[in-house]
Amino acid sequence: MTLALLVRRSLRQHLLSTIVTALSLSLAGGLLMTVWSLKTQARQTFERMDGGWDAVLGARSSKLQLVLNAVFHLEASPGNIRPADLATLAANPAVKAVVPIAMGDNYQGFRIVGTTTNHFTDHQFAEGRRFKLREGRLFEDGYREALIGAFAAEKLGFKVGTEFKPYHGLNYASKASDNVQHDEVYVVVGILEPSNTPADRVVWIPIAGIQNMAGHDPATATDVSAALVQLLDPAAGFRLDQLYNKQGDKLTFAWPIGTVMAQLFDKIGWFDNVLTLVAWLVALVAAGSVLASIYNSMSARRRDLAILRALGARRRIIFTAIVAEASTIAAIGAALGFLVHFALLFGAAALVRAQTGVVIEPFQPGWVWLWAPAALIGLAAAAGTVPAFKAYDVDVASSLSPES
Amino acid sequence: MALLEIRGLKKSFRSPDGQLHPVIDIPSFDLAAGQAVALAGPSGTGKTTFLHLIAGILTPDSGSIRIGGDEIVGLTEHGRDRIRALRIGYIFQSFNLLQGFTCLENVLLGMSFGAGANQSRAEALLRRVGLGDRFHHFPRQLSTGQQQRVAVARAMAGKPQLVLADEPTGNLDPANAREALALIRETCTENGSALLLVSHDREILGAFDQVPSLADLNKASRPAALSRP
Repeated sequence: MTLALLVRRSLRQHLLSTIVTALSLSLAGGLLMTVWSLKTQARQTFERMDGGWDAVLGARSSKLQLVLNAVFHLEASPGNIRPADLATLAANPAVKAVVPIAMGDNYQGFRIVGTTTNHFTDHQFAEGRRFKLREGRLFEDGYREALIGAFAAEKLGFKVGTEFKPYHGLNYASKASDNVQHDEVYVVVGILEPSNTPADRVVWIPIAGIQNMAGHDPATATDVSAALVQLLDPAAGFRLDQLYNKQGDKLTFAWPIGTVMAQLFDKIGWFDNVLTLVAWLVALVAAGSVLASIYNSMSARRRDLAILRALGARRRIIFTAIVAEASTIAAIGAALGFLVHFALLFGAAALVRAQTGVVIEPFQPGWVWLWAPAALIGLAAAAGTVPAFKAYDVDVASSLSPES
Repeated sequence: MALLEIRGLKKSFRSPDGQLHPVIDIPSFDLAAGQAVALAGPSGTGKTTFLHLIAGILTPDSGSIRIGGDEIVGLTEHGRDRIRALRIGYIFQSFNLLQGFTCLENVLLGMSFGAGANQSRAEALLRRVGLGDRFHHFPRQLSTGQQQRVAVARAMAGKPQLVLADEPTGNLDPANAREALALIRETCTENGSALLLVSHDREILGAFDQVPSLADLNKASRPAALSRP
């Protein structure tokens, strides 16, 4: 009780420095938790986000480019695959399902992907989950109809019945006049329920629509950009990997998708480490501010400490009170850090969703929620020992003035 | 047996020029349990040093200080802290109240390091010194007389055997000084505490039956005898 009283009153007496220090600690804690949560969740989510596919077959390129292009709709297509290659793959007894996709156009930055309707009727993009229509119906092959992902529909303001003309290319130039618009008019016939996958930010049309769009090379009108593959047996992946990647030199078989994505995160791991290092440095600086703020107030506290000693307070109590004060400031900072953490993570999650369609859950619990505040409090407590030793050494007689 | 027994107590301080200056040299001093004694002495006679030595805030160069039969010279700092917390109440000239704490909290802290905080006793003490309606006031919100009353309540909080009062009325006007002194003596009597008060105020000293002079007790404060040629 005495310790709590001493800490509470001291925090109140030095309210401004308490608030400023706690805020700097909250930024440090929030940043640390956000960097950690983001890198952990992003890795987990992207590695799991295979769209229900085991592999991607595409033109000769890196596996990562194929996966980013075909599953995440991010990268450029490395080239096309011929219908014969698609047929050969589909005929392989180890293959359960093949869905072709074709791309090359966008609508105001949202990628237009041509595919077949079994992508939506037969395929499970996650365990037990199929794409669902929020309104309207699926497009029909042979018609200029479009099915819109939930996020794209929301951002574009598309409703069933909306008509649009696709723009050529995968990217939309910021200067409107730099974009080339096709003459074909597509009509929105359906909007998908959110799936929290990259499919949410795609404008889906029949595959023949992309293949035959005016301005596209007629010589490649039967080609597709990639094939999304489901295997009957995981072991078949090894055989197909051998067939396409080791023995062949025309196509690339990206399998398994999760491992390919893990390689991406391994490659950018240094960036994670830099971010984490920066967050730790911020935490160290914040802990230093605890030290500085308490240390700088020691002259003003000298008399109070001497009075407490004169009342019988042991040195150990004084030392503990100062360390407890530093820890309490850190605890307040860590608690406020959760607000910073959620604000930052919400912002980051919105950005990730807008760019990739992948959903990061800000409220998904993680160990970082425990160890980051604990580390922050530990750092601050360690920093608090410096002024605590100074308090420990206060000379009682000379600090109790005046003498008579 | 005396509550406070002092024998051969000596304390010197080293001046900036490196010389040792004796400040306290008291061959003998006793105070009985429940007794109230005032020591007279002008400024600079070592009154505060003497009380700091008794309270264990300072350690003597030599000699013996016994409180309730227990020798405190030679005790560890922790041991002296315990003596101070459990047996001694200290009233300062400048009150030395903790400005960031309320009256009630100041009194509670007066007992926290000894027998333990007891809110009802702290409240009763504040009522006793006439501050029943000032529990949650901070010292800066009180008059000087009221602040000294809080200091008296705090000194009595741990039911001390010995109360040390260092110029307790030095910062008060005559009316408040008389009132504060009466309060200190009354509460010491009610509590069964011995009181050792040091002051140079003749009016205050006049209220005591025994007023030994610190200058007489303390050989270190006497002027050196003139040497004969």
